[in-house]
Amino acid sequence: MLFGPLDFTVDSGAALYVLGPNGCGKSTLLRSLAGLSEPIAAEVYWRGERARLNSVHWRSQVAYLGHKLGHKEELSVEENLELASALEGARSSASQCTAVMERVGLERRRKLAVKRLSQGQKQRLALARLCRSQRRLWLLDEPSAALDTNAKRVLTEILSEHLRSGGVAIVATHDLIDLAGARSANLQLA
Amino acid sequence: MAGFGWGLKRDLRLGMRSVAEILMVLGFFLIVTTLFPIGVGPDPRVLHRIGAGIIWVCATLACLLSLNRMFAADFADGSLEQMLFSSAPFGGIVAGKIVAHWVTTGLPLLLCTPLVGMQFGLSGAEIGVLLLSLALGTPVLSLIGAIMAALTLGLRGGGALLALLLLPLYVPVLVFGAGAVEAYAAGIGIEGHMSVLAAELILALVGAPLATAAAIRIAID
Repeated sequence: MLFGPLDFTVDSGAALYVLGPNGCGKSTLLRSLAGLSEPIAAEVYWRGERARLNSVHWRSQVAYLGHKLGHKEELSVEENLELASALEGARSSASQCTAVMERVGLERRRKLAVKRLSQGQKQRLALARLCRSQRRLWLLDEPSAALDTNAKRVLTEILSEHLRSGGVAIVATHDLIDLAGARSANLQLA
Repeated sequence: MAGFGWGLKRDLRLGMRSVAEILMVLGFFLIVTTLFPIGVGPDPRVLHRIGAGIIWVCATLACLLSLNRMFAADFADGSLEQMLFSSAPFGGIVAGKIVAHWVTTGLPLLLCTPLVGMQFGLSGAEIGVLLLSLALGTPVLSLIGAIMAALTLGLRGGGALLALLLLPLYVPVLVFGAGAVEAYAAGIGIEGHMSVLAAELILALVGAPLATAAAIRIAID
């Protein structure tokens, strides 16, 4: 058993930071919330309904960003973005893609294969994917890990916008992301 | 349908980016089928007798070799778990990936078979029967292979384990696939063999995507 009984609620427009040392179970908690891992005993509710991965309603509300970013290394930056949007069921126009790539600073590398990007750039691509996402619940596992100051600023902006529009975010992190004005709470594991 | 199209187009595009991988499996098929006339000797009657069976076995092994391409890379880079969050049914995406696998594995084999068949002295009609049996059977290999590839995801000794699990399951396909050509050569009708192959295909089409999806969810847990 990784951690004992937990009970928390996150409201619309609020963020929950999951904090704790390495190995305390932050990733496991996020994965359990997402439905990727079967917890031994847990109930997750989204807007009053039971959250299960085989329910379309639940899984189309979740944007999960894990340690493994989920990019295809052989494909280019823009191809990855298009695939991610299509997977969500959203149509992405070329201008929307361009705008988001500019925002994270990958516009000049849009045709580059992801395997040629640095870790920080790959993480920025993940940010771009988040930015395009329409989903209401963001489960982010250490999203700022390899980011430089500029990119961290973009992450903060994206996260703030998401919360302002009524979205929810649960973020496992080592450093707190300063979300000016947004409601947040801390969950300390261990 | 949306999920199916997504999975199919994506995997075909990825396949085109690593054409070398696809050609290697095809190359394996061609080389191994060529090894038999060398090893067994040039007696045309012997070659004619064993030709269909060898082509079938080599097709089976080639499929086995290529199965790790279906899910292993996606599992490793995290894109497989992203697919679980698609608004489209996951089974559809999996089905698309399986079809893409067949297009990049079974279909090239099919196209090379006439050439290889001539190597073994098979007649035109026999090659036709062989092609039909492969056309029905190689999709089954991809479909059943997908289930087992998903089950062995992330396990150590995956490759050998996969072979051990899969080859017994491939036997019914092999028996009726190779047997069809033999039946034709013996003058018995091929309807029986083809019917069984078709039945296996239908069964696999219905069951495999769902079973594979379930196996993937287990592997990701």
